[in-house]
Amino acid sequence: MTRVAEPETAEEVLGQKKTVGRQVHAVLHRMPALSPLIVLVAAGVVFGLANPRFFLPGNLSIILQQASIVGALAVGQTLVILTAGVDLSIGAVMVLSSLVMAKLVKDGAVPGPVALLIGLAVAVLAGALNGFLVTRIKLPPFIVTLGTLSIFTAATLIYAQGQTISLPANTFLTWTGSTIAIGSFNLTVGVILMLVLYAVFAYALRQTAWGRHLYATGDDPEASSLAGIRTNRVLLSAYIVAGAVIGIGAWILVGRINGADPNAGVNANLESITAVVIGGTSLFGGRGAVVGSLIGALIVQVFDNGLALAGVDPNYQVLAVGVLVLLAVGADQWIRSVKS
Amino acid sequence: MTQPVLEAEGLVKVFGPVVGLAGVDIQLYPGEVLAVIGDNGAGKSTLIKCLSGAMVPDSGTIKIDGQVVSFSSTQGAREAGIETVYQTLAVAPALDIASNLFLARERRRKGLLGSVLRMLDTPGMKRDAKQHIDDLGISTLQNISQSVETLSGGQRQAVAVARAAAFGGKVVILDEPTAALGVRETGQVLRLIRDLRDRGLAIILISHNMPNVFEVADRIHIQRLGRSAGVITPQSHTPAEAVAIMTGAVTLEESGDVTAASE
Repeated sequence: MTRVAEPETAEEVLGQKKTVGRQVHAVLHRMPALSPLIVLVAAGVVFGLANPRFFLPGNLSIILQQASIVGALAVGQTLVILTAGVDLSIGAVMVLSSLVMAKLVKDGAVPGPVALLIGLAVAVLAGALNGFLVTRIKLPPFIVTLGTLSIFTAATLIYAQGQTISLPANTFLTWTGSTIAIGSFNLTVGVILMLVLYAVFAYALRQTAWGRHLYATGDDPEASSLAGIRTNRVLLSAYIVAGAVIGIGAWILVGRINGADPNAGVNANLESITAVVIGGTSLFGGRGAVVGSLIGALIVQVFDNGLALAGVDPNYQVLAVGVLVLLAVGADQWIRSVKS
Repeated sequence: MTQPVLEAEGLVKVFGPVVGLAGVDIQLYPGEVLAVIGDNGAGKSTLIKCLSGAMVPDSGTIKIDGQVVSFSSTQGAREAGIETVYQTLAVAPALDIASNLFLARERRRKGLLGSVLRMLDTPGMKRDAKQHIDDLGISTLQNISQSVETLSGGQRQAVAVARAAAFGGKVVILDEPTAALGVRETGQVLRLIRDLRDRGLAIILISHNMPNVFEVADRIHIQRLGRSAGVITPQSHTPAEAVAIMTGAVTLEESGDVTAASE
């Protein structure tokens, strides 16, 4: 007796119709960095066709260098956003930390490594303050960091007294700006440092209990705490570790501009959020991959560079980034919405 | 008669002027399902919170296997073998089934990878999670790497129950486990509860749903106004009588004197 396999229930009929959409959804669900990667590759191909100079090693290394600071900050921003928070003060902390480092060396004649450690400590303390206000005083992260953004910016301007500090190249603090040439491809120490940050946190988020607890806390804080995770500690640790990452970002900044400038990172706060969101990490927490933020930071620089090489009005770059942000958030909503 | 696995005597918990528990006794034996029913404000939740370590009673004793214990946290109760499943489907949606089973109890790899790099033993945890699920006979959970949000409510509750069963050495407390579920899913969870009982675990089931309670419970503890209004069995009383006792329409004595202490 033969029997034709026919769908028997409404679910099966619907299931068959939705198969392609569901498979795409399932893949994107498992690999949140996949769609930004496709955007990055597609943008590269288009800009390469528009102007072959785009793919010259020298040009690609410039893109990497331009992405290094926002890329580093985006690591810290990813940690905070994964907990369903946001850090608006991230750029201000970086500038404050870089100024402390540079000023200590320039005015205080402090050895470079000591200045670096003190600068890192400033960034960690700033992160701890944000984390304290979020976890103990129970203020929303958006409001906390909006407030500390002003505080850290003001502290920077008061501390700098309007000065820009320039340091000679090839000292310890500006080492991050020195280049390592591979043919005509110029890597800076800062770029390598940023890539190391991504490697370290890709591992920590995927392979350690801390990473899993960070995801779980951002995903559903109540369920996580019922399961036995001390969610306040996880949240606080995210802000503190983000602070340390920002401190390293400050070191990369000092190397890149050979000193410190109180007005250097005005856009870095929002640019780091842009990179994380374009990179496929959900603003609602618990979803995303840190490597996506690197891709997000690169996408912004690729559009900047590629559109300039193609001779397009730079204002269109801003427009393109805006469209990408909205597309990324829309895609995230879709990925989150579909249930079985 | 066997020794109760979990026993509480004279539990009192007061919230300012409000009396949550006014001296409650409860006994739970291995391999039984004890349902706890009661109207809103009868002290069900407070009782369960005291037993699961979420609250510390003002007075009274809790014994496990005859030993007096006192928990200051749910973690303490867990270590003593009491696991609680909450009605809110306490699972992290974006994580997969295996990660949820081991949430907050992750295992690290052996050797330097685990001690220095703090690397998780993901393959080992997946293997054990699969083993637990298979042991419990939860056939609805096929793919252990599936993220929990792709599961139905019943399957999610099965994950939560499996987690409790996998780590709860002695007692599993289920707080309204079927409140958010449909009919078929409720059936799955009730079957799972019976399986756990048959494996020798002691189960406390808090539920508003009388048909469910009468279907699965061995004994029924009725809470009323912070006190125990009595313990009945599905054989000794009808659901209507249970509701009458619960609401104070009749007392246990009036309803026909069959106490479950005779079990």
